[in-house]
Amino acid sequence: MALESQGFMKLFRGSSSTPETNEKTAAQKLTRRSSGLAEVARIWAGEDPLCILDMGATSAGNIRYFAERGHRIYSEDLLSASTEPDLAIKDESGNMVLDSRRFLEENLVYPAAHFDVVLCWNLPDYMDESLVKPVVDRLWSVLKPGGALLAFFHTKDAGPDSPCYRYHITGNDSLDMQAVVPKREVRRGPTGAVHRSIGSGFRLQRVFNNRHVENLFRDFASIKFFLSRDNIREVLVVR
Amino acid sequence: MDVPKSGEFAHIGKSVVIKGELSGSEDLYLDGQVEGSILLKGNDLTIGPNGQVKANVDAKGVTVQGKLEGNCLASDRVDLRKSAIVMGDISAKRIAIEEGAYLKGKVDISRDGK
Repeated sequence: MALESQGFMKLFRGSSSTPETNEKTAAQKLTRRSSGLAEVARIWAGEDPLCILDMGATSAGNIRYFAERGHRIYSEDLLSASTEPDLAIKDESGNMVLDSRRFLEENLVYPAAHFDVVLCWNLPDYMDESLVKPVVDRLWSVLKPGGALLAFFHTKDAGPDSPCYRYHITGNDSLDMQAVVPKREVRRGPTGAVHRSIGSGFRLQRVFNNRHVENLFRDFASIKFFLSRDNIREVLVVR
Repeated sequence: MDVPKSGEFAHIGKSVVIKGELSGSEDLYLDGQVEGSILLKGNDLTIGPNGQVKANVDAKGVTVQGKLEGNCLASDRVDLRKSAIVMGDISAKRIAIEEGAYLKGKVDISRDGK
């Protein structure tokens, strides 16, 4: 009888996800060790000040980490930028796609061969298909020859609701992962446009296999894979 | 509204629109719209939650709660609150960023000051 009444109440209680639990989930950070980060950290461990591009959401921790080491850190949240409503256009077949030409006119606008390191994190897994290759091509051009790019890919199909994490550097080989949770209220993006996509969270767009990853970075000089137990494939490429 | 705690500061309300060069020798709380440049050497600038600034800023300390499109040069500290949207480069001795703040640009921490 007690179990029946509990089930009855659950029907009316609705989802167990409340704004408070979402806030709590967003605040929680998981720690993971990263072999890819350890490899790329050797580059910025030297004395020379470097130019580093962090393409995740604004991270106070990452900015502090690089600023303390004397590096110039650039922050550009490309995933949020890709949700600007004005980017949506129709292609020749009438399908809705994102205008990659306009996207690259407004984002990733840097001199050629400007960065020593680009931290891509999980961007290719969550970015719209129409933007992935153009963005990688642009990253190739803004990286210095010999510059490195670090990206993370899911190794198996975790489903479209696989959480999108923000990565915060906490050490030479350690990261704090913070889930980007859906917020009930929509927020205004950098141009003031309302971002409804952010209100519903970022969805995993695809799972790359090794061959897809190699194709994606075929213009780079070298590629290294690091597999981890949490089904993330870390990829380090060098221009 | 996070206004400066010091007693003396100038206040630009949210209905005010200014185009041109804004300069002064006192702290400024700006909650309106400014397009041009802001020069407050030796003084602090606070951009309130309704503030929309399209200007390069040169001040001692800068606190952003609204929107800033332009470069920010601070001889002391830059504070980005959670509602801040900053599109431009920041150069300061120290920087504090609340979770939720948006920054698109470069951060250069100059240990020796300007």
